[in-house]
Formats: sequence, structure tokens, C-alpha cells
Amino acid sequence: MSPRMHEPIAPNEEIIRDTHRPVLRLVVRNHPGVMSHVCGLFARRAFNVEAILCLPIEDGQRSVILLLVDEDERLDQMIRQLEKLEDVLEITREEDGHEAFEVMARYLAS
Amino acid sequence: MKATGAQIITKLLERHGIAMIPGIPGGANLPLYDALRASSIRHILARHEQGGGFIAQGIARSTGRTAACLATSGPGATNLLTAIADAKLDSIPIVAITGQVPRAMIGTDAFQEIDTYGLTIPITKHNYLVRSAAELLEVIPDAFRIAASGRPGPVVVDVPKDVQNEIVEFDKWPDPCPVTTPPPPDRETLLAAARLVASARKPVILIGAGAVATEAGEMIIKLADKIEAPVASTLLGLGAIPSTHPRMLGMMGMHGAPCTNIIINEADLVIALGMRFDDRATGKADSFCPNAAIIHVDLDRSELGKIKQPVVALQADLQDFLRELLSLIDKQDRPGWRERVENLRSEFPLAMPDIDDPCQPYGCIVQTANLLDEAPIVVTDVGQHQMWVAQAFPFSFPRQFLTSGGLGTMGFGLPAAIGAALANPQKTVVCFSGDGSLQMNIQEMATAAELGVNVKVILMNNAHLGLVRQQQELFYGARFHASRFEHQPDFITIARGFGWNAYNLEDSLSPLDTLARALHEPGPVLVNVPIPQTVNVLPMVPPGAPNIQMIGGNYHVTQNA
Ligand SMILES: Cc1ncc(C[n+]2csc(CCOP(=O)(O)OP(=O)(O)O)c2C)c(N)n1
Repeated sequence: MSPRMHEPIAPNEEIIRDTHRPVLRLVVRNHPGVMSHVCGLFARRAFNVEAILCLPIEDGQRSVILLLVDEDERLDQMIRQLEKLEDVLEITREEDGHEAFEVMARYLAS
Repeated sequence: MKATGAQIITKLLERHGIAMIPGIPGGANLPLYDALRASSIRHILARHEQGGGFIAQGIARSTGRTAACLATSGPGATNLLTAIADAKLDSIPIVAITGQVPRAMIGTDAFQEIDTYGLTIPITKHNYLVRSAAELLEVIPDAFRIAASGRPGPVVVDVPKDVQNEIVEFDKWPDPCPVTTPPPPDRETLLAAARLVASARKPVILIGAGAVATEAGEMIIKLADKIEAPVASTLLGLGAIPSTHPRMLGMMGMHGAPCTNIIINEADLVIALGMRFDDRATGKADSFCPNAAIIHVDLDRSELGKIKQPVVALQADLQDFLRELLSLIDKQDRPGWRERVENLRSEFPLAMPDIDDPCQPYGCIVQTANLLDEAPIVVTDVGQHQMWVAQAFPFSFPRQFLTSGGLGTMGFGLPAAIGAALANPQKTVVCFSGDGSLQMNIQEMATAAELGVNVKVILMNNAHLGLVRQQQELFYGARFHASRFEHQPDFITIARGFGWNAYNLEDSLSPLDTLARALHEPGPVLVNVPIPQTVNVLPMVPPGAPNIQMIGGNYHVTQNA
């Protein structure tokens, strides 16, 4: 356990509700540059990414990245740009959040 | 089999058809240069990495094949960035191989260490920091596959010095990666496109760089004839079909002929082929082709619907699409539309004054074209001269016109012309440049002299950053600032100093004869053409305005409202 560096914040229902937004689930090749490629696409277009989760899967050759994003008319365009990235192998879109982010919100708030 | 990383790179470059490679050596890529000595690849020593990058672009743009270039770490890589970004925006297949400090020193701010990988993420199609020599066996073929597959683009491979020296054992050389081909066009979408074409009364075809890259010109003409549609082009689509073809309206957009923009404005169907609705082509996007349904065909799916919402959108290779569409539609006569187009063309043509005088913008370009028996490759820099060439040069084949469109990079011209000349030794390469642009990569005159390439630089010298001056005149109340060169170099002496032949039309009794002599002299030649200092490129759509608002276009918006 790492030492707590901050005062605990009471779980905030609003933050948890806020995790109910579109989620992009990417399967990517796992190497040090992938996150920069993915995040760069969003940053360059001033498109906000609310939260990110990334974990290696299978034998560690690939990772899953979950991106919690804004519902925005540009989202389709963002997905098409992501599809063009060489290291992005698969993209699925979920409309109403992902429980992982709810758990993360509770964890960070506790 | 046993080889060093550097040997693997050179061998795989050879296997991917690289016959020459421009670059500059330095500490972090010396192992690669050592291996290159023993290879069949001809090294072209540029005088600046940006020059080297544009030489590679000249090779790639004029042949359609992937070209490669080299730079060392740190300043070598940063100098190369502009040429890479330029290739990204114009979809040019380039593989750039940069040296990097040894793995153990990465992240320590070592001498000439820079994060080439991080710097090139947003300006490449893909990039690599290679972490072992064995990886190169996959990375190099992948880099070539990515550069040329689908919509082409640049790839950077950053190779630490110790990876270049590392020895690996392997079973066999990897085969060159095949370029992936796009999926065949979707049948239902094709049928929808065919129906839309059949029901249109006023169709127009718009072509872009994709029409050049796929060499789809012949089929575009077939379609245009079959459905009686005129064809307009973006800057980068020029050359895909001959400028003199009766259906060709020339360049559209900011500096297009008035009739071209008016015809597009009246169209009820726009068939957009391999073009991406760039703002220089469309003007204010909301007002672009306001009466038209759009069929948009592009290799890159992310372009479909990015700027304008198409009724029919199709990700496809243009040749595939056109072949299928042509088989689905009957000959369609549209006499009324044909007549309307002809009338608009004669009423609102592009004004090209003084085409007999080689010391005037249009005259310089048209006379150069007339004086050459065989159509040259035409390269430009960026500015007024570029737009005049796009408007006036009679292009006749794809990849004839090499120009920096998306990034609009001054300094592109001379090195790109050198690359084109190296790849097409049987051709004359004419580079129209401005006195501002030429000074941005003038050091490559040394490279050209060393190689003896057949490059003719036609310097349209107005002693100004002309296009900037023009914008200050038109949009900043003629408050000129920093657009006039207070000191003008003697370009004739400079060129001769580099070992070029040079001619000056300024003091020539017969400028046309002098121009003719210069164009027919072998090797690199500079022609200084003093053009008037304050003429503007017209017409001009103000940035952000609708395309039918043309300054000097002689056309009033209300006329057709
Ligand atoms: C590298 C770069 N810097 C600045 C610009 C902005 N710019 C566009 S056109 C132009 C003037 C070009 O002058 P010149 O090459 O003499 O051509 P002219 O317009 O006079 O024909 C400038 C400064 C640019 N396109 N590229």
C-alpha cells in the first residue's frame, strides 16, 4: 500500500454519475509509444478525454485501453482517426460508461 | 545469417527498391553510413537535411514510389521535420531513417539527443524507435508497407547507434512487405451513386491528389464524357487529366478561374474523387457547392464527412470505383448543362494578361511551356508564382506537377526538383521559384551542381514576399510590413558561385531567345526573371469567404442568387 498523500474525499455521486458517458475500448499493440499516439490524437483536436485505463492482456503483447470521452459530434471522426493508427487493432464503442470507471471513481474518492 | 543492424537496414532498403538515398551523416548514423558504402545504393549528399527530405519527396512525387532519406540524431532529425510534415499533409510515401544516441543514453540529454519519436508522432503516418537489431527485420518492411498502403504518407524509423552496431543471427532475409490493397467498393453504395448520377441535372466532378496518386485520369475523362460533367481540380489534382481537355475547368478555389467556382456553385451534384475539401479549394465550407448532393470517394475513410456531409460516401480506390460506376451507368446527355457551362466559361474566363512577354508572370510560364518540345516536370516553391503556375501551365500527365500543397512550404522547390531530376534523368525539370522561397534552400544549388542534374530554376523575381505583400494590400489596408526585401542579392552571381549557368532576362535584348537558350542548356541553370514588383494573383477569394466572392473575378454574387 502506498501512503496516502491527500485527505480522503467523500465519494461524490456526481463524479460517479459522470462516468456514464461514451467509452472507447481499444485493443492495441503493447509498446511504450502507443499511449502517446492515442492521446496525441485527442490532444491535437482539443478533444477531452475524461479518464483512461490501460492494462496488458493475454501474454502482454497487447493491451486494452479504455477511454472515457465526451459525447461530442466529433466522436465518429475521432474513431476513424484512431482506426488509422497502426498499433490500434480493434475499437469498440460503448454508450453508457463502463463499470471500471465507476470503480475507479470510488477508489480515487475514498 | 549474421549481420549488423546497419547492414540489415541497407540490405532491406535495397530489397525495397531504394536505388538512391539523400541524407547527411553525423555521429549517430555513422555505422549506417559505413554499411551504405558497401551497398548498391547511391547516396546523395544534401547540404541540409530539409533539402535531403525534399529531394526524397521529389523522387517519390515524380515516380509514385516510396523514397527514403537519412539524418543523424538531434539537429539532423529536427532539420528533417519540415520535409516530413510536408509529406504527411500531401500524402507522400517517405521512409526517413534517423540516427539516435545509444540505448543506454536515451533520456539523459546526451549530446545530440532529441526525442525524435515524440517529435514525429503528429507528422507521420507511423513511427518507430527501434530497440534491437532483430526488430529491424520487421520494422523496415513494415515501414515500407505503411508508407505506400492505402493513403500514402511518411514513416520515421529512429535507430540508436548501438542498434546499428549490434550483430544478430537470423534464418533468412524477410521478403518486402506487400502493400495492402483497399477493399472492393461496396455494391449497394455503388448503386446509390449510379442512381444519384442518373437523376442529376448539373453534375460536376472534382478531383484531388488521389486522382494523381491512382493515375485515374483516363477513367475520369470517360466518366466526364459519359455523363457530360465538367471537371475541376484542387491544386494537387492538376496533371491527373490534361489541362487542355475540353471538359477541364482547371484549378478551383482561392485562385481558380471565376467560371470554375461559379460552375461548382451551380452544380446539383458534386462527384468528389480523391480530394479532401481543403479550405483553399472550398472557401467557406458551408457555402461550398450549396445546391449539390455530394458523392465522396476517398481511400481514407476519415475524410468522408469530415468537412462536407456526402449523400453517398465510399471508401475505395478511384480506379476500382470508376470502373464499377462506368459499368453501371448509361450515356447521359445534358445539352442544357453543357451549354450553360460553355457560356459561363466564355463569360467568366481566367484573365491571363501579357502571355507573350516572358518578363510578366503569365508570359514567363506560358513561354517556358511553349519553348520546350517535350513536356517537362514542373516544380514550384510557394507564393504567387506557385498560383500563377497552377493557373497557367498546360499540364499533360499525372505526377508532372510537384508542389507543396497542404503545408505550403517555401524552400520545397529546388530540392524537390533535384529529386525529380535524379529519378527522371531523361526529362527536363523546370522549377518556378520566388526570390523569397529560393533563399530558403539555396544551399542545395551545390548538390545540384555536384550531380549535374537537368534542373532549370525560373526565378520569378519580384523583390518581395509577393503573396504576403498581396494579402497586406488586399486585407490589411495596404499597410505593408516585412514583405519587401530591402536588400536584394545578386542571384546570377550566387548561382555561378555554386557552379551553375545563369541567365538574366533583365539585361537581355531578346528575353525570349535568352529563355530558350537557358532552357536548352544541359545541367542546372538559373534564369532570373524580373517581374513587376506589385502585381497580384487574381482572382482571389478572401480567406474564409465563399468561393463565389472573388476579388478581381468580375462576377457579382447577386447575379445568380
Ligand atoms: C517556410 C514558410 N515560411 C513562411 C511562409 C509564408 N509565406 C507564404 S507565401 C510567402 C511569400 C513567398 O515569397 P516568394 O517565394 O518570393 O514568392 P512570391 O509570392 O513573391 O511569388 C510567405 C512568406 C511559408 N509559406 N513557408
